[in-house]
Amino acid sequence: MVSPAPLSTPPVAQPKQGAKLELVGLRRAFGAYKALDGIDLAIEPGEFIALLGPSGCGKSTALNCIAGLLPLTGGEIRVGGQRIDQLEPEKRGFGMVFQSYALFPHMSVRRNVGFGLAMQGIKGAEADRRIEAALNLVRLGLQADKLPGQLSGGQQQRVAIARAIVIRPPVVLMDEPLSNLDAKLRLEMRADIRAIHDQIGSTTIYVTHDQDEALSMADRIVVMSQGHIRQIGTPEDLYMRPNHVDVADFMGFRTRVTGRITAVSGDQAQIDAAGATITGTIREPVSVGDPAVLSARPEDLIAVGDGSGIPVTVKSMEYRGRAFFGAAEAHNGAEVHFRSDSLLPRGTATSVRPAEGRALIFRGDA
Amino acid sequence: MSDTSLRVRLAAKGLDGTTLMVVPGLLVILALFIYPFVYGVIDSLTPAEGAWYTNYVTFFTDQFQYRTIGATLWLALPVTIVNLALALPIAFRVRLMTRQRLLTTILVLPVTLGTVFIADGLLTFLGPQGWFNRTLILIGILDTPIKLTNNYWGVFASLLISGFPFAFLLTLSYVTGIDPAIEQAAATLGANARRRFTKVFLPLLVPGLAVTFCLSFVQAFAVFPSAVLLGAPAGPTRVISIAAYQAAFEQYNHSLGSAIAIIMGIVELLIVAAVLTLRSFFYRGPVAGTKG
Repeated sequence: MVSPAPLSTPPVAQPKQGAKLELVGLRRAFGAYKALDGIDLAIEPGEFIALLGPSGCGKSTALNCIAGLLPLTGGEIRVGGQRIDQLEPEKRGFGMVFQSYALFPHMSVRRNVGFGLAMQGIKGAEADRRIEAALNLVRLGLQADKLPGQLSGGQQQRVAIARAIVIRPPVVLMDEPLSNLDAKLRLEMRADIRAIHDQIGSTTIYVTHDQDEALSMADRIVVMSQGHIRQIGTPEDLYMRPNHVDVADFMGFRTRVTGRITAVSGDQAQIDAAGATITGTIREPVSVGDPAVLSARPEDLIAVGDGSGIPVTVKSMEYRGRAFFGAAEAHNGAEVHFRSDSLLPRGTATSVRPAEGRALIFRGDA
Repeated sequence: MSDTSLRVRLAAKGLDGTTLMVVPGLLVILALFIYPFVYGVIDSLTPAEGAWYTNYVTFFTDQFQYRTIGATLWLALPVTIVNLALALPIAFRVRLMTRQRLLTTILVLPVTLGTVFIADGLLTFLGPQGWFNRTLILIGILDTPIKLTNNYWGVFASLLISGFPFAFLLTLSYVTGIDPAIEQAAATLGANARRRFTKVFLPLLVPGLAVTFCLSFVQAFAVFPSAVLLGAPAGPTRVISIAAYQAAFEQYNHSLGSAIAIIMGIVELLIVAAVLTLRSFFYRGPVAGTKG
């Protein structure tokens, strides 16, 4: 008879609080190109932060600088008040999960997960116990003796996560960990990653270009573009109240029509854009006569066809379940993405108008 | 009907019109490799006098002959090991450089130099009146010139120069084939440079290094011109190819020459087989760390 197994596996990391992480004036240049141009960010212990932005915005550079894989050209990184930016990556003790998984192909799953422990000199029963707990946490207990090449992509990424958290890092860094997985698996892994974060209590920085991922997982989202932080806020903040046109663009405000402000009243302004006067909520200070950008999501920009909105010519339409969505061109060449209750043939002249309170107004280029 | 079905059945096995493109290559292999090899084997087994194994007995009972195996191994093995030992760290450094191509070009340049050209250059450079000795004497490190040509070291230097580019290029391609993220992962998990090399890189590189070793070794084992021009072809650098040459073209015993050439091939085969057997104890899968 086998003696009964303990009732519960001890948690991987006895919820040791994650550490506070501060980035102060972080700079990184590649020649004349500034990949990071002064990043300031304070991350609270145990917080889940998403770095969000289009490719080339500097988010992966920021992560690599925090990990120590890229030297800084300026600024400081502090963990729990201690400056660590001069330390080599192996001395920082962060857990990192890579886009390409970066598992050691010649080691079994168990040895992959145990690698960090071995480097810390943790061996024997203690190492076995922690490896097993980490593998159970990512539900891979049965695959421990396989090589990474024998696992599916999702399983490989779970091994990578187990390998990163088994060393109980104060900070976990994740570089687009789900981008190589299929859509269904991505949805499952999102919930898994967030649950693991909550269970081990470390501070997590999660780099992604997928706003759905960021919105659904993060406590706070940091939107980056061109080496700058554009906005920091809760998912709801960013989704409802983007304060920069790049952030709005990333949050699904696909339509950007340029025009001029004709009236301002409180937080509302009127803009004369592409042949129509539209009212929107001001997100950046503007005054009458300023160039400005009107921005709206496709679902909030409705084809009215009565001449009361922006006149456009339909270019394409597609059916997406409850409604038709279309792309059209305004007189000034702006591309407009809108919703319609009926199918409008290509070339139809119609007009589109934002739903009440759903259009945002940003400063435009002169 | 039967015509179509035959064609379909052949195509299912991968044989169709495109297969004919193999023919020219196949003919070349038959004419330039298989035929001479078979000819050589038969030639070695049909001596002018005596039993079919006479040539082999002659070789293995004559000290002057069978010692060439040892002399050749004594050159080829150290040269191969030193070449790999040089190529690996240099490839590791070059992998991180931005101007990789320039340095690679410089390192590979010796490949374009013929053996005789290298031999001539080394005779001038390393000889008793060469720059090397004169400089060392000038600085006061040496009193009398050291002998670096017409002996073992002259051949050694020549093989190193002509063999390094091959070893380096092959090693570089294996080293750069490893996903850099794997090393970064090891670093974030606390492995310092030494442990990243021993625990991660080296195990992944073993199969590639084994292949590089085999190719470099075979190249060095076949040494001939530099052993004559830079070595002591009657003494320590009387390599096996010299023995084969002398038998075939000085004693006009082509049958014995063929036998020596076959023995040379068997020795190479044994070393290569041993190295590849050792390789099979290591991981040999993809080194990308992902399914991609």
